Amino acid sequence: MEFINPDVVDLSRFQFALTALYHFMFVPLTLGLTFMLAAMETVYVVTGRQIYKDMAQFWGKLFGINFAIGVATGITMEFEFGTNWSMYSHFFGDMFGTPLAIEGLMAFFMESTFVGLMFFGWDRLSRQAHLAITYLVALGSNLSALWILIANAGMNMPEGAHFDPETMRMQFESFVDLVFNPDAQAKFVHTSVAGYVSAAMFVMGISAFYLLRGQHRQFAARSFRMAALFGIISTVAVITLGDVLGRLDYEKQPTKIAAIEGLWHTSNPPFEPWIVAALPDDARQENHYEIGVPLVLTPLITHTFDQPITGMHELEDEAGPRIRSGIDAVAALRRYGVTHSSTDLAQFTAHEQDMGYGLLATRHAPGQDVTAIPADRIDDVVKATQPDILPNVFVTFWSFRLMVFLSLWFFALFAISAYLSLKRRLERSRLLLKLCMWSIPLPILATEFGWITAEAGRQPWTVFGWLPTFLSASSHGVSYMVFSLVGFVLLYSVFIAAELYLMFKFARLGPDHDSMEPHAPATPRASAFDMRPMAS
Amino acid sequence: MELYAILKIVWAAVLGVLFIGLGTMVGMDMGVGTLLRFVGRNDGERRTALNIIGPHWDGNQVWFILGGGAIFAAFPTLYGTSFSAFYVVMITLLFSMILRPVAFEYRSKADSTLWRAGWDWVFLVSGFVPMFIYGAAFGNVLEGVGYHFGWTGQYYQDESFLSYLLNPFAILCGLMSVGLSVYQGGAMLMLRADDPIWSRARRYAMGGGLVAATLFVIGGIWVRFMPGFVMTAPVNPAMPANPLHGQSVAMVAGGWMHNFHAHPALWLLPLAGVGCMLAGVAMLAAGRAVAGWWLGLGAWAGTITTVGCAMFPFLMPSSTAPDQSLTVWNSTASEYGLGCMLVVAGIFVPIILSYTSWCYYVMRGKVHTADVVNDTHSY
Repeated sequence: MEFINPDVVDLSRFQFALTALYHFMFVPLTLGLTFMLAAMETVYVVTGRQIYKDMAQFWGKLFGINFAIGVATGITMEFEFGTNWSMYSHFFGDMFGTPLAIEGLMAFFMESTFVGLMFFGWDRLSRQAHLAITYLVALGSNLSALWILIANAGMNMPEGAHFDPETMRMQFESFVDLVFNPDAQAKFVHTSVAGYVSAAMFVMGISAFYLLRGQHRQFAARSFRMAALFGIISTVAVITLGDVLGRLDYEKQPTKIAAIEGLWHTSNPPFEPWIVAALPDDARQENHYEIGVPLVLTPLITHTFDQPITGMHELEDEAGPRIRSGIDAVAALRRYGVTHSSTDLAQFTAHEQDMGYGLLATRHAPGQDVTAIPADRIDDVVKATQPDILPNVFVTFWSFRLMVFLSLWFFALFAISAYLSLKRRLERSRLLLKLCMWSIPLPILATEFGWITAEAGRQPWTVFGWLPTFLSASSHGVSYMVFSLVGFVLLYSVFIAAELYLMFKFARLGPDHDSMEPHAPATPRASAFDMRPMAS
Repeated sequence: MELYAILKIVWAAVLGVLFIGLGTMVGMDMGVGTLLRFVGRNDGERRTALNIIGPHWDGNQVWFILGGGAIFAAFPTLYGTSFSAFYVVMITLLFSMILRPVAFEYRSKADSTLWRAGWDWVFLVSGFVPMFIYGAAFGNVLEGVGYHFGWTGQYYQDESFLSYLLNPFAILCGLMSVGLSVYQGGAMLMLRADDPIWSRARRYAMGGGLVAATLFVIGGIWVRFMPGFVMTAPVNPAMPANPLHGQSVAMVAGGWMHNFHAHPALWLLPLAGVGCMLAGVAMLAAGRAVAGWWLGLGAWAGTITTVGCAMFPFLMPSSTAPDQSLTVWNSTASEYGLGCMLVVAGIFVPIILSYTSWCYYVMRGKVHTADVVNDTHSY
């Protein structure tokens, strides 16, 4: 039997996290900006006022700069399931591949085809037709998020698939269960409106920059107001759906919710405090310097006053018998692959639900072989495996809190901004405008923390309860991983440098530069440049 | 025949269609990228060439994404195994490919000569390298790949990546793919550009078509003598998709010719492929770019179906554990999954084809350099 190199697993995880976090710096802005562009263009088509067309075109240019990297880094994500997670793809691809392929067919194709017309079609299409195209791009990018999050929900709460001992993988069995996975529905709304918050802050912040400098005042004031209203609605939706997700995790992913709340021992309803800050210590399995607000945790998570939330120590205890039973399941499964006898199948079926926990014991089994643990070592292996069912508490706890604290900040900022903007007292509030400007990157940071909470909190599983992350990675050598990691770091650094350069350049230039007529005669300087032969 | 077996065959055919679409549409854009520095001698001309595919490249690229997505959904085990087995090559493909969206969007947004010249090189790399690897992958698969599976279904590699990179037959296939891509890109440039881009594109496209035709014939003779894979015992096509057992396979010299011997009508496919390439070159020589473009599609169709029919039912044979070779029978998704996906594809593919055609219709006509450099929305 070949050994799994834990370093390769860690490097694969690191690479995936790095590329996913990077991809997700650009996606939220795409999700929200497309709808804001559509809103601006709608006003233009309805009222016929040029300033709204200028708005759509100017913000559309910044959208394009952002969109390109979103597309490019999204390709990486699709590749990596195959290149770095071959066992995962084999084990779960029957179900997981379906939403990804539908994403391509239904959403990505539409978004990508029409985005070309959105940029190039201004002079070739009627106003109404162009507006329809812009809406299709917005719809496409958001549908894309829907299918990706359906796929992701499959990892977090695998519904609509069962394990099949004949094919040794999860078999897809219900399209309805896949699509209507409650986790998928809540996550889709939560994530896409988080994108709207990012886009609103982006437009509001850059508009604030113009207002601070007294440039493009009409343009900036209108953009600001639209963004502030868009932002406040979106922030309320983000927080509401976040609450729904918390309740779902409580039901289906008790380890994640316990880690999020830093709850080492089962809660004591209704008095259990909600921990505002603490230093969770994963090694000693306790919190240091805990600061909490009494009475909050129980209603917050369970929406009741009397239901307890299971703590991490108790979850570890509950896992013990499942690991033991899972080891039997894996052993029976291996025998069945050779014998195909009904006895082995019956033995497997009896322990089937715990198979994932048996696989989890792999790294603690002698020779990484769960099927050949000597009888006198089983207790040790089970004991060693128990703490493995928990995610990294420090990371999960703090990424969740940072996300929540940031969202409260957005709520305050959008509410005040919307109020002052509607009262037309904006330009006197210079401090607020500065805060808006400096807050541009914060929603993106908050969505990253959200992603870390959801996916770090999912550990140690890639398919929750069924396939451990440790077993999911491809069997590469370390040198392969170093090669790809170095390449990603170099390439992605170039991308971000070019992106920021262009973003700052065009944001500083402002809308006047862009509202120049498409067919205006070129300046002599430009045409002299364009016709100059280039060294080749 | 059982429904499951039929679904497997249908999805193998869908995969073929996706590969043809990918070669034609993505190959066209990448051909333009490869040719960019040669058909455009100054910035205005290069921007013209870029804006010819500017409104379409992103949509076309989805063929690539969808190709990957379809393998993932319909052949999950093939997906995980092939992408991992070709790791270094796949990551190189990925690196070169993801430069392209950024190059399109960023190249003309700053005025510096160095900036633009840099991105022009990026277009060359991100056009040539992915198409080369695309072709080379078919070459590698025809030769067999060294891998086997452990009892859990985890794959293990038995061969160094160097044997995929430094492999004469794969290099031949890669160059052939680049030839076709240059051909398709050149034909597209002829459709939408005037002189001098038109005549330069014509020259390169004809060259690309001739190179492809020559290499296709040489490759065909090579395959005739190369060890191919054959089933040595009957297989149940409706078997559970599990590569661990159920097949017995042998490597035989000239094995890839067996299907052609059994069904001589299949010879029409390679003949059609080469015929399209040669007829296409003749059409471009006569200045008929539209006919040339469609013959390019025919050339890809002939090539991909030739390879597919030679290998059927193999998808990625294993040279070190032939019995575990991935085939149409043992690496597909479940019957339910394949059925679901077929319904979804049946609904969306016609929709996609119709709006894609509409986009080309809206953006029809020649692209003029003067318009491009004055348009603030252009690339």
